Amino acid sequence: MASAELPVLKPADYGTDQDVRWCPGCGDYSILAQMKKVMSTLNMSRENTVFVSGIGCSSRFPYYMNTYGMHSIHGRAPAFATGLKSARQDLTVFVITGDGDSLSIGGNHLMHVLRRNVNLNIILFNNRIYGLTKGQYSPTSEQGKVTKSTPMGSIDNPIHPLSVAISCEATFVARSIDVHTKHLQETLERAVGHKGVSFVEVYQNCNVFNDGAYKWATDKDSKSDTVLELEHGKPMIFGKDRDKGIRLNGMTPEVVELGKGISEDDLLFHDAKSTEPTLAYMLTRMSHPEFPEPIGVLRDLDAPCYDDAINYQVQHAKETRGEADLEKLFNSGDTWVVE
Amino acid sequence: MSTTTDENAVVKEVQPLEEATVRFCGDSGDGMQLAGTQFSNTSALAGNDIATFPDFPAEIRAPRGTLAGVSGFQIHFASHDIYTPGETVDALVAMNPAALKTNLADLKSNGVLILNSDAFDKKALGQAGYESNPIEDDSLSGYQVFSMPMTSMTRGAVDGLDLSVKESDRCRNFFAMGLVFWLFGRSMDPTLRFIDAKFSKVPSIAEANRRALKAGYNFGETTDAFRSSYTVEKAKLPAGTYRNMTGNQALAWGLMTAAKLSGKKLFLGSYPITPASDILHELSKYKNFDVLTFQAEDEIAAICSAIGAAYGGEMALTTTSGPGMALKGEAMGLAMMLELPLVIVDVQRGGPSTGLPTKTEQADLLQVMFGRNGESPIPVIAASSPADCFDVAIEAWRLATRFMTPIVVLTDGYIANGSEPWRIPNVADLPKIRVTHPGPRDENDPPFLPYQRNEELARPWAVPGTPGLMHRVGGLEKQDGTGNVSYDPHNHHHMCVTRAQKVANIADVVPAQEVMGAESGKVLVVSWGGTYGACRTAVARLQAQGKSVSHAHVRYMNPFPKNLGQLISQFDKVLVPELNLGQMRLLLRSKYLVDAVGLNKVQGKPFTTTEIAEKIESLLG
Ligand SMILES: Cc1ncc(C[n+]2csc(CCOP(=O)(O)OP(=O)(O)O)c2C)c(N)n1
Ligand code: SF4
Ligand SMILES: [Mg+2]
Repeated sequence: MASAELPVLKPADYGTDQDVRWCPGCGDYSILAQMKKVMSTLNMSRENTVFVSGIGCSSRFPYYMNTYGMHSIHGRAPAFATGLKSARQDLTVFVITGDGDSLSIGGNHLMHVLRRNVNLNIILFNNRIYGLTKGQYSPTSEQGKVTKSTPMGSIDNPIHPLSVAISCEATFVARSIDVHTKHLQETLERAVGHKGVSFVEVYQNCNVFNDGAYKWATDKDSKSDTVLELEHGKPMIFGKDRDKGIRLNGMTPEVVELGKGISEDDLLFHDAKSTEPTLAYMLTRMSHPEFPEPIGVLRDLDAPCYDDAINYQVQHAKETRGEADLEKLFNSGDTWVVE
Repeated sequence: MSTTTDENAVVKEVQPLEEATVRFCGDSGDGMQLAGTQFSNTSALAGNDIATFPDFPAEIRAPRGTLAGVSGFQIHFASHDIYTPGETVDALVAMNPAALKTNLADLKSNGVLILNSDAFDKKALGQAGYESNPIEDDSLSGYQVFSMPMTSMTRGAVDGLDLSVKESDRCRNFFAMGLVFWLFGRSMDPTLRFIDAKFSKVPSIAEANRRALKAGYNFGETTDAFRSSYTVEKAKLPAGTYRNMTGNQALAWGLMTAAKLSGKKLFLGSYPITPASDILHELSKYKNFDVLTFQAEDEIAAICSAIGAAYGGEMALTTTSGPGMALKGEAMGLAMMLELPLVIVDVQRGGPSTGLPTKTEQADLLQVMFGRNGESPIPVIAASSPADCFDVAIEAWRLATRFMTPIVVLTDGYIANGSEPWRIPNVADLPKIRVTHPGPRDENDPPFLPYQRNEELARPWAVPGTPGLMHRVGGLEKQDGTGNVSYDPHNHHHMCVTRAQKVANIADVVPAQEVMGAESGKVLVVSWGGTYGACRTAVARLQAQGKSVSHAHVRYMNPFPKNLGQLISQFDKVLVPELNLGQMRLLLRSKYLVDAVGLNKVQGKPFTTTEIAEKIESLLG
């Protein structure tokens, strides 16, 4: 078979020779490793891939990928990526961002890139802290968090990235965890496969400034009780013994134990394809410790992409009005001749 | 002599004029901008040289009848070359008392004053601050006053078309136009064609406007009031085919042309802002020219999206005005650091802050020169007139790609909205813009160096999709050659100096500064941007009187042309007229240690020729 002769790139072939500058033990290492694996698994072309990032520890990511890349300015990566993808639809474009980058300074751009449904893969490394600037609280930090800039505890109400994504009409919304390597790979693969904007929140440990922020979700002993792995079309079941589930009680979800008169059929079934966003939104609001936090693909819809539409208009204009002709344009309408 | 009298046949005299200036003014809702535009186009089509000055309030509909709500449009047309829209006007059309109040001072004594008497009621007179009706008292005795009930005559003309009173009254501007068309012997055809095209979907409105236009024209012809009309012969412009262009339109077309000349798609990232929005509007019309227009969520996203497109290898553009420039600062620094080509257009308006959005000013020069963190050199070029915007746009992209740099194009509200005849170039004669991208490499080739420079210090423009050229760019300091992140102190110094030198190298490839007049003498007027017309006219006037004054109008603001310093040193005095408090003067003084004198004005208005001429004369002593 011809394809067997194509050189298949190994994960390492997607890395650069640059020293990785993250702190030892940082969750970013795992995300980088999974990304290389995914690119290798999907046999993605290096020259047709661009990683665009903002500023932050996470945003150093492009330097470590042997693809094209741009380490841009704080919060604005979605805008660079929108221009790039619109001008060059042939490229696969990733946006790498942090919780501060995407939700503080870049909140506006995130909102608009999502609603426009630009065909990009946005990976948000959520460590619930400003890593690069050495540990101030971020828009996803829990209230009361004591940091250098909040010695008496933060008074800000935190934001849920996935709630933002759903309310901005994102067509692909998912969550995974840095150290859940298999799950992260699968999630990234699906994000790449989705046509339209893909928004993936990755729980990432900053072992220097916010160590253990997701301990509950990564500890072997607790994780099956604190994390709900979503599967399309399947009931929402979790727990070490798969004996707990999520049921809808009126408009609110509740945790129930299976058996004792409650069967799988009483549980909520996950429907990532539902165009109605209410249930997906509800999932984004389920948080530890009251609920297991959902991971996997919350939402996966087909919708027209911005980059298709902007180029379609060009195509359509050419078909209806003819190819560009400067001579004709300049001499159209009212002109006069001076002898 | 004939003895029979036909009361309808009024024999009227036609007086030839070399030039004339007409101003239409009225309430913002009175359609004065349309009247002015139509009269300009018609005059241009009649072969006159023209220069126009639209002047309107920031509010879309300021309270009716108020002084603040007055909108005006001035047209200067002549049978010779002209460079300004004129100072005082020969004919003033005032549609209401407020317009009369705010504009009368600019009417020449014994000038033609056309008034809509229907609008001079008690309330409107009060709003304009008139205690008695100027049409009835003798306060206008120094002018040729033609007062007529335009509102009722327009209503009469459109009678039977089943229009509401409001709709009928909206045709008044066509009545006024018709009258002025008659007064200057203009054909109504271009405007009739305009009406057909513009109102094709609403035949009754089209018909009403046609009727109002003709009614105004016929009124001029038949009324006893006007004893004579005027004619301005064709101007002897260089041979060619012409069209009338505003600066914003010329800029947009220039940018589209630059894209074609370089074989690129044009990507515009923009956020609406007066007076730059018309560039976005104009380019959005021409998607069939491979133009992608992206109305971003703000000016930051606008420039960032353009930088993304530049990285992708297309022609990248962002357009804005002063406040938007302030937002773009950080991204401009990045574009400079990435060394990617990008055209950044700043159509300046009155600042600071929101300032005077619809008025003109030149006070962003220092912002675009220095408004960024760190050592961040960016070339700057400035357009001097509406038609010049076309050439400047092409020049900007040519320099941006040759030197791999963002470049700022400065225009201003005055030339952006003003119009003049533009000689249509022969497209085949326009020099191509040569852009090259490095080709693919394989494993056996030496590694690709994204920051390896040519002799002019420009780096290669490697575009994604090219096998073997994968590289990362970013705002962190990079090692020369490899482009890898580098914190080495000497490398940083070297890179800052190199980037500055690269921009300085542009001076080697741009034309030497031209001078109008002698190359040495008593006074050199150094100007830039939209003040060109007034400076040139003032200097020419004094030169004709034998005065020792020359004029250098600078297009290349950063870097300055190589011979500018030498040129300046040949004059006893240097005068720098600017619509700011001395920004170019600051640059000239620091660069050439010259004791340049300023003529500075920030009133939201262009210079008059007289203001400049008087200042020159005071320097000549
Ligand atoms: C305009 C601007 N403001 C502030 C900074 C400083 N800064 C750099 S990264 C950062 C926060 C990064 O936090 P996050 O996005 O969560 O990334 P992390 O480092 O946690 O991965 C800040 C405030 C900057 N680089 N640019
Ligand atoms: S500061 Fe935190 S997020 Fe940044 S590299 Fe270190 S561990 Fe990772
Ligand atoms: Mg963070």
